[in-house]
Amino acid sequence: MSTGTLDRTAREAIDSACADVQHAGGADHVDGVSPGLVARPADIDQVSEVMRAASAHGLTVVPRGRGTKMSWGLPPLRTDVLLDVSALDKVLDHAAGDLIVAAQAGARLHDVQEVVGGQGQRLALDETVPGSSIGGMIATNTSGPRRMATGTARDLLIGITMVRADGVVAKAGGRVVKNVAGYDLGKLLIGSFGTLGVITDATFRLHPLSDAHRWVSVAVGDPDEAQRVTQALIHSQAVPAAVEVDWADGHGTVSVLLEGREEAVAGRARTVSELLGPEAAGSVDPPAGGATYPWDTAAQPDQRSTGLKLTFALSGLSAVLAAATETGVSLRGSAGTGVAYAGIEPGGTVEAVGAAVTSLRRACTQHGGSLVVVDAPADVKAGVDVWGAIPALDLMRRVKEQFDPDHRLAPGRFVGGI
Amino acid sequence: MTSTTEVGTKDDVGTSPGTSPSVSAGISAVADVARRLLTADGVITERSRLRTYECDGLAHYRVIPALVVMPEDAAQLAAIVRACAEHQVPYVARGAGTGLSGGALPHAEGVLIVTSRMRTITDVRIEDQRAVVEPGVINLDVTRAATPGGYYYAPDPSSQQICSIGGNVAENSGGAHCLKYGFTTNHVLGADFVTTEGDIVPLGGTAPDSPGYDLLGAVVGSEGTLGIVTSVIVKLVRLPEQVRTILVGFESTDQAGAATSAMISAGILPAAVEMMDALAIEAAEAAVHCNYPHGAGAVLVIELDGAAIEVEQEYAEVERLCNENGAFEQRLATDPADRALIWKGRKSAFAAVGRISPDYIVQDGVIPRTALPEVLKAIADLSGDSGVRVANVFHAGDGNLHPLVLFDDSIEGAGEAAEEVSGAILDLCIEHGGSITGEHGVGMDKAKYMPRMYTDEDLDTMQLVRCAFDPQNISNPGKVFPTPRLCGEVPGRHKGAHPLAEAGIAEVF
Repeated sequence: MSTGTLDRTAREAIDSACADVQHAGGADHVDGVSPGLVARPADIDQVSEVMRAASAHGLTVVPRGRGTKMSWGLPPLRTDVLLDVSALDKVLDHAAGDLIVAAQAGARLHDVQEVVGGQGQRLALDETVPGSSIGGMIATNTSGPRRMATGTARDLLIGITMVRADGVVAKAGGRVVKNVAGYDLGKLLIGSFGTLGVITDATFRLHPLSDAHRWVSVAVGDPDEAQRVTQALIHSQAVPAAVEVDWADGHGTVSVLLEGREEAVAGRARTVSELLGPEAAGSVDPPAGGATYPWDTAAQPDQRSTGLKLTFALSGLSAVLAAATETGVSLRGSAGTGVAYAGIEPGGTVEAVGAAVTSLRRACTQHGGSLVVVDAPADVKAGVDVWGAIPALDLMRRVKEQFDPDHRLAPGRFVGGI
Repeated sequence: MTSTTEVGTKDDVGTSPGTSPSVSAGISAVADVARRLLTADGVITERSRLRTYECDGLAHYRVIPALVVMPEDAAQLAAIVRACAEHQVPYVARGAGTGLSGGALPHAEGVLIVTSRMRTITDVRIEDQRAVVEPGVINLDVTRAATPGGYYYAPDPSSQQICSIGGNVAENSGGAHCLKYGFTTNHVLGADFVTTEGDIVPLGGTAPDSPGYDLLGAVVGSEGTLGIVTSVIVKLVRLPEQVRTILVGFESTDQAGAATSAMISAGILPAAVEMMDALAIEAAEAAVHCNYPHGAGAVLVIELDGAAIEVEQEYAEVERLCNENGAFEQRLATDPADRALIWKGRKSAFAAVGRISPDYIVQDGVIPRTALPEVLKAIADLSGDSGVRVANVFHAGDGNLHPLVLFDDSIEGAGEAAEEVSGAILDLCIEHGGSITGEHGVGMDKAKYMPRMYTDEDLDTMQLVRCAFDPQNISNPGKVFPTPRLCGEVPGRHKGAHPLAEAGIAEVF
């Protein structure tokens, strides 16, 4: 937990593996766990050397991109080396004609969008936490409203390079969208919270930026109405890019995003408005909150909310909204894909949060989904089941065992103590 | 343990079940379990009947399995796998047997587990946009079941009338429309999965983003080497309001390629963009009289779908861009019968080549789309230099080439010459940063090419996954990877040249 865990030879080994090694500063902790050292490799070779040195000395390593989600998951059991990949920040290749982009793990999503946007393209992943890096986004599998049309990282990632716990550099996939040669290691790394390897670069398929977009929103008075409206939208011929719900105190708003060519979007917006009735209102601006989560992701540890991610079958929307109303929790998310988020303000008791988690989780699991406590104050994480029941946990442990037999990569941060 | 040695050469018929007493004892033990659980006709041991299963869609690799079983449900299938695990008997899962890379090639000393009797569409839930199906269900039947509700199953390999969902999951099958809609992996949300120990575990689910590692993502496309799915939750997609299929004639593949690039640059993402060159058109005309534009050096089949008003606008742009790039004829079809007519030529292309050549190899490689003119030129040069004719059919939108390498096996050396050209085309794909397979899989056929695309370290890392799922190496052994990793073995540091690549090059195709 402290710098004391690193002996001198281990420290020297890391020092000689990487040009930039520092003592941990106040902001360098991983969910309250202070690292022994912060290594900031300049390139992939240094990442590999740091991992080899860590392997030789039995050191635990937690990767960090831009440090925007370090409190997500469970706190690691130990962090000897905080491996900061923010210096690996290049957009390596934007092949506009091939609709692909390759970027290093420390590159900010925002910067990647700037580059590809210059050619009328986008990486179809919403920036849900401002300032996120490509690597961090992959490791936590974040997604926003537009996942309805274009999917999530698992649908867009086509190639990846990782450094293993033993320092071996390996890649999978490539730079073509269509490729079934070999195992899709990218899928395993998405959402793995740094527990299988250090992501160093990633290649994605891109989409064209649309000429125009339009949001159409309508108020919904109860859970059944929210579900009715959502079902009408997803079964319509409007081809929504997103169907969002915002829910509080037993009522809310359902909003649909249409993207495409100017005239066509206007026409589709009219169709949707007719479907939703006279109360529907159009806007070019997204609903309040946009693609972000309904809690303050930048809060100081003592001000941190409990952030929840709920998933459910589309037909379970009304039941989940009803459970939210009963527990007094507000929800926001993709009604059109069955993914919603909730933020519970700090200040309540752990028991109260735990009761809400239990009730909401029951609604989600009854409808083919799950609930994960994405982030929470330390006492909540200690007092509630953060990840919930995980089927196939045994196979997951076996995967971990192969990639990181000594349990040195972000130990304890992931499901089942992985 | 691998069957590579048994099938190293073309048309080499595998030997009878292994003579090793322990293997035979293992097979007998598994057969006993199967007989106890399955109906009599679900267990095949007679050599003449076993022979029916000696190959999949890639007929030049043949191995007769030691035992064929046809379970009717997940419990039976799991019990058979459990018996295999107990006796360390290798097993190979087979769906409809339409694969083109020998992925379902049997193991001479192993069990072939055929899922064709697990054919129930368990559930179609339009309100959830999901269907739950057994692995033996035919791809197109999922769409048929969903269509009354206004939905369909998007992945549409050319074999969709006969291929099974289980096989699609194993191969991560694509299809003409994956340019816009993605592959099997993008449409499979959950599965009941039989581990190599014979346990049934759920992976993923009805809702997206199941917590924990995305094991399902690793299983889809793993070609049956990690385990077998016994139930699959698939995503259903809303049938589009309008579909427009356009057949466009060009004088050359360069023009057709330029038109494709122009569409992509204009921000148009068609549902499909397919290209055929003159030789492929000739074959299709001979076979199905598809009446493609006369004298075309290349045709594009472009499909636009979505909201009618959006499609209308896209179409105007596509029409203009094709004209600007030298199109001399364009035909638009909107009703299903006319659209089917346009697709007929394209979908029959592989088989049609049989009309102009007694034998042919269907190759499957991928290049970055922008490298198309360069690679087509290089393929033409290869063809010119060797005298081996190559017909080109491909998914132009995503750079997935299907060169058809023509030969006459009755002429001595012709088969070898064709194989050489076919292999050289894969090298072209790798040189241009592409892949050795876009949708047909690695299977038995391309395992030896894997070291050309990936380093030893890459392959070793992939095999960590194999070791996690299948430490005994019994689930479809000998496929995908040229050299199995001994699980638990500590890999040494690899330096210098890749000996496997050299070995791969040296190996007889």
